Amino acid sequence: MSTADTQTPARRANKRASAILKAIASFVVIVGTTYLGLLAVTFFIGRVVPIDPVLAIVGDRAPAHVVERTREEMGFNLPYYHQFYLYVKGVLSGDFGTSVLTTNPVMADIRRVFPATMELATVGTIIGAALGIPLGVLAAVKRGSLADQIVRIIGLIGYSVPIFWLGLLALLVFYARLGWTAGPGRIDVVFEYTFTPITGFFLLDAVLNRDRAAFKDIFAHIILPASLLGYFSLAYISRMTRSFMLNELSQEYIVAARAKGLSETRIIWGHALRNAAVPLVTVIALSYAGLLEGSVLTETVFAWPGLGLYITNSLQNADMNAVLGGTIVIGSVFIALNLLSDLLYRLLDPRTRIR
Amino acid sequence: MMIGKMNGHFRLMLAGAALSAMVFAAPALAATPADTLVQAWAIDDTITLDPAESFELSPAEFLGNAYDMLVRLDISDTTKVRPGVAESWTVSDDGLTYTFKLKPGLKFASGNPITAKDVAWSFERVVKLDKSPAFILTQFGLTKDNVTEKAKAVDDGTFVFTVDKSYAPSFVLNCLTATVGAVMDSKLVLEHVAPVTPTDEYKFDNDFGNGWLKTGYAGSGPFKIRDWRANEILVLERNDNYYGDKPALARVIYRHVKESATQRLMLEAGDIDVARNLEPGDLEAISKKADLTTTSAPKGTVYYISLNQKNENLAKPEVRQALKYLVDYDAIGSTLIKGIGEIRQTYQAKGVLGALDSNPFTFDVAKAKELLEKAGLKDGFTVTMDVRNTQPVTGIAESFQQTVGQAGIKLEIIPGDGKQTLTKYRARNHDMYIGQWGMDYWDPNSNAETFTSNPNNADDGTVKTLAWRNAWDVPELTEKTKAALLERDNDKRATMYKELQQAALDTSPFLLIFQQTEVAGLRGNVKNYKLGPNFDSNFVAPVTKE
Repeated sequence: MSTADTQTPARRANKRASAILKAIASFVVIVGTTYLGLLAVTFFIGRVVPIDPVLAIVGDRAPAHVVERTREEMGFNLPYYHQFYLYVKGVLSGDFGTSVLTTNPVMADIRRVFPATMELATVGTIIGAALGIPLGVLAAVKRGSLADQIVRIIGLIGYSVPIFWLGLLALLVFYARLGWTAGPGRIDVVFEYTFTPITGFFLLDAVLNRDRAAFKDIFAHIILPASLLGYFSLAYISRMTRSFMLNELSQEYIVAARAKGLSETRIIWGHALRNAAVPLVTVIALSYAGLLEGSVLTETVFAWPGLGLYITNSLQNADMNAVLGGTIVIGSVFIALNLLSDLLYRLLDPRTRIR
Repeated sequence: MMIGKMNGHFRLMLAGAALSAMVFAAPALAATPADTLVQAWAIDDTITLDPAESFELSPAEFLGNAYDMLVRLDISDTTKVRPGVAESWTVSDDGLTYTFKLKPGLKFASGNPITAKDVAWSFERVVKLDKSPAFILTQFGLTKDNVTEKAKAVDDGTFVFTVDKSYAPSFVLNCLTATVGAVMDSKLVLEHVAPVTPTDEYKFDNDFGNGWLKTGYAGSGPFKIRDWRANEILVLERNDNYYGDKPALARVIYRHVKESATQRLMLEAGDIDVARNLEPGDLEAISKKADLTTTSAPKGTVYYISLNQKNENLAKPEVRQALKYLVDYDAIGSTLIKGIGEIRQTYQAKGVLGALDSNPFTFDVAKAKELLEKAGLKDGFTVTMDVRNTQPVTGIAESFQQTVGQAGIKLEIIPGDGKQTLTKYRARNHDMYIGQWGMDYWDPNSNAETFTSNPNNADDGTVKTLAWRNAWDVPELTEKTKAALLERDNDKRATMYKELQQAALDTSPFLLIFQQTEVAGLRGNVKNYKLGPNFDSNFVAPVTKE
């Protein structure tokens, strides 16, 4: 009889382990097929566009024999399935090919441009979340009031005004007229010889280098584009926060809490927002992932050497290796952030934990 | 009441955010360092800094400033050349042998001496690597097998170049001014060669430093290339070993900024000294500011509309001429290309040897209708035109669509990405195409060869000139273009090119529209900044700052 008692927990542990294994296996399968699909779709779209890829490499003025030789060397005269096979084989061994525009390995290029985008997106998301959540809460709590209307208008402008125009306007006002911020680019040219990037995240690098002047300059450069991106995610985050909060505030437990005599601050921040936080995490993660893709227009206006500019430039020049590499990175970011928000769910919401 | 308290929190937070932004804000007007010229320019066409491979516009400027050639283009009279590394040169009576005497005691930026052996090796690596611009040298009969014989150092100070035909000396010398003729520091490059497995295509066991030179530097110009990060920055630094007048500025920094409006803001704020990609609107605004100036120079790039002769309507001579009367040159010149181009109906750029300055066509619907009637197309016809999505070509295409419409021609514009329309054009699948052509090297043969010669009009022809792309089969003009190359009398040679341009005006399927003008906006304290006729002669060495 005692055997039954000892067996049950063991069986339960076994069951649990197999559930976890199953979860991992299905995750791997899902990620694997997602990647393969991503590769195949991008690869074939890249090959069927009516652009001669050799043109991108040698230019319009190259003599005919150079064009032919390059076509041969790059394997563009092989059948598509063969080219795809070779490409996937390369990717599996970590070789994403060489960018014809920069002549660097694609991954080396992306390692260089991605930190620029990530730094901008991170600061942007922090600004967006730090302002968007309180604004959303305010709008929900004071529903229908003037404050709510103002938040609504702020969000509406953020949604509907073209970022290109807003970026130029911001530059004109804060940089050209008022001189409060620095202009386009990541860092001033005077730091070109004194500042050595370590991680590629310039703010962090300045701290590591203990370079106060560089930090100040980098901050002055990033604040404007980051605020702009932050404003756009603020528009989204504040709207979503408002609706999540309204949903929570109408729940019975809020009435119960009020009846219990809890302070309003505690009810709003401690109870309602805590529950609204679960879906909010997904919203923030997705908006962060959106910014990581590289905001092409923001990067163009602010001459920010990031991923968005890199991929657009490559696309316009039919530099397919670079486009494929960039797509895979973006895909990975989305998959990783989805995973991360799943994990955060588990932390925030006990109901979703595997038992 | 609790909500009131919360509002207090908000105010505090917002105030804090605003305050932190202000604390970190930079001082008002920025200024570039006094010994540095900072230029904003779209430099994304730079893919390599190896003179044997580079063939685009922005790297031509970097290489033109950082390398020296045997001879250089004379900016004061662009039909002539002046000495570079070579002090003097002679041409043998049969026109086959060119002997160059090098200036004595010259050094590369590395400190290595410049010898004729470096010159010979530079020629050898161009021919053996055989990249895009190599034809500028191989067209003189150089091959991978004979280059060491034909381009040879007799002693340290004498370089002998043997060509296969008795070409016009001006043609040979003009070609040697191209960046592909840069004299390379052979000792330095040889320290950086990478081994290569020989194949049928490439028979050599090393890369002649091609890999290293993509970002490396081994030259002797007034500046050296210190650093290049693609799509970001390029830094030129004064070369203290340069033999000529040393630049006043310690360095020149090119920042990759694509947007015209952004460049304008940066120029106004003083973050850059020179803005290089200004559109007409921004250019005009800058020219009105007291502390800013502008400068411009005609460049060797012409814009044209071409008619594919595979289309039976466009193949009629009267139709080709009629269309030349259907471009509203005045309207285009005064609006669409104002400040960035000048109307030009001949295909040679102004300033090159033998350029014909003649604009015979005006917008004349009656005349065009008359010609169309002669061609039996009284009621017009329908035709397509491939147009890439950039200005000013889109604007010109739309203007053209409207003006040909007045003569009954229905023009359908097919918009597309630049590379996409070009791919179609190169495969001869277009009806009409609007594009531009930049000179490969500063000699009339460059444009004459592409516009008025077509050695083999078959679909698999190997010399794919613009005439070939438009299936314009012209054996006589092809012969004449070849003959002009061998005319050793400079005046007679110039006349031959003028006749070729006249023939193109009278019969060709090319509607030349304008020659590009390069413009730059400058801070008022930048002096002696002068743009040259081509990008490798945009010299920054004379520039000073007050």
